Amino acid sequence: MSTPTLKQNALHEGTRILGVGAYRPSVIVSNDDVCQWIDSSDEWIRKRTGIVTRHRAPHDVSVVDMAVAAGSEAIEKAGIAPGQLGAVIVSTVTHPYATPSAAALIAERIGASPAPAYDVSAACAGYCYGIAQADALVRAGTADYVLVIGAEKLSDVIDNHERTISFLLGDGAGAVVIGPAEEPGIGPSVWGSDGSKWDTIGMTHSQLEIRDFSEQSMKNGTDLDDLDLAALGEAQANLWPTLRQDGQTVFRWAVWEMAKVAKQALEAAGIEAADLGAFVPHQANMRIIDELAKQLKLPESVIVARDIADAGNTSAASIPLATHRLLAENPELSGKLSLQIGFGAGLVFGAQVVRLP
Amino acid sequence: MASNEEILAGLAEIVNEETGLAPEAVELEKSFTDDLDIDSISMMTIVVNAEEKFDVKIPDEEVKNLKTVGDAVSFIAGAQA
Repeated sequence: MSTPTLKQNALHEGTRILGVGAYRPSVIVSNDDVCQWIDSSDEWIRKRTGIVTRHRAPHDVSVVDMAVAAGSEAIEKAGIAPGQLGAVIVSTVTHPYATPSAAALIAERIGASPAPAYDVSAACAGYCYGIAQADALVRAGTADYVLVIGAEKLSDVIDNHERTISFLLGDGAGAVVIGPAEEPGIGPSVWGSDGSKWDTIGMTHSQLEIRDFSEQSMKNGTDLDDLDLAALGEAQANLWPTLRQDGQTVFRWAVWEMAKVAKQALEAAGIEAADLGAFVPHQANMRIIDELAKQLKLPESVIVARDIADAGNTSAASIPLATHRLLAENPELSGKLSLQIGFGAGLVFGAQVVRLP
Repeated sequence: MASNEEILAGLAEIVNEETGLAPEAVELEKSFTDDLDIDSISMMTIVVNAEEKFDVKIPDEEVKNLKTVGDAVSFIAGAQA
């Protein structure tokens, strides 16, 4: 008996971004607001970070809510029906459930069920990781259309009184639909990780410490008359893990190592800096953006995304949010090439050249 | 290999480029943070440019020990040896 020949998916030659969506939450946090919590000034924060405001979500708006809003706009702009999506990829580090995923609920709410749906944990590189996967899924014929969302509610994991990272951060969601294209619209992804710097950006401690604290409290028992409620409240507040970073080490890596990655992405795509219409780095800090642009020797014709001034650092959401804004403010960029690069906690990084829709 | 005087002059040039401070303000006993008002991010830019200029490696953990201009000159001179 002969072995049967397996069928494999028909391939798509090219892929491209078909539509971009964004959601910016309603609460605007100014530098003066931040200075209620840390000893600083509006001038100092602008000079050192380039940030003027950040958007943050109110208590009753979740990561999923923001992702659904951004994803729905991307689908509409792409001109497809949600039911045509072959996968929903959500990059986030702030969905407050280890399981089930944010993506499964988002897929259901936007009308994409039963599309495969999963979360990606790659922090500020998460969106570029999602694009790498979506590009591969579509070209391999595993999906015709893939929705990639970067969504973060970082305000849930900050400590307003610390100075390494919290005052930089904002909330938001950005999304794109990737689909088949006759002309190549997504260059090769240059992506990777460096776990030797695992502890340079991340949470103060693991969630297991919350469990251990609770178990210990139960074991000790509590006599309500003796209870110091203020001390207990403070201990409990400190139990909630929040973000920290070693800014100096991260800055060196984000500029000089990422400049090399960005150059590799240009080379892999077979283009030069002068061929770009836009440069959209992760919106981490204006000084990283400016220094990266300098290292890449971008000609003046390349528009550099500086959404961070108003939006703050929104981790996985920052590149699609900045791209959405660039297209709204510079419609002539439609059809032009954009170099996007994400980098962050892990450490992880991802970059690719894309054709803007 | 550069002499201490040459390292100081080179560092002053780098500091000038990053911060706009006059090169003659960059003196051995000056503290990068307290006297020259150089923040951690500018300090890293200066370090990377110094690595390139003097062909040395200045690891991240070493940067925290470079409090004064003199500390940086000594480290670079030692690293070159």
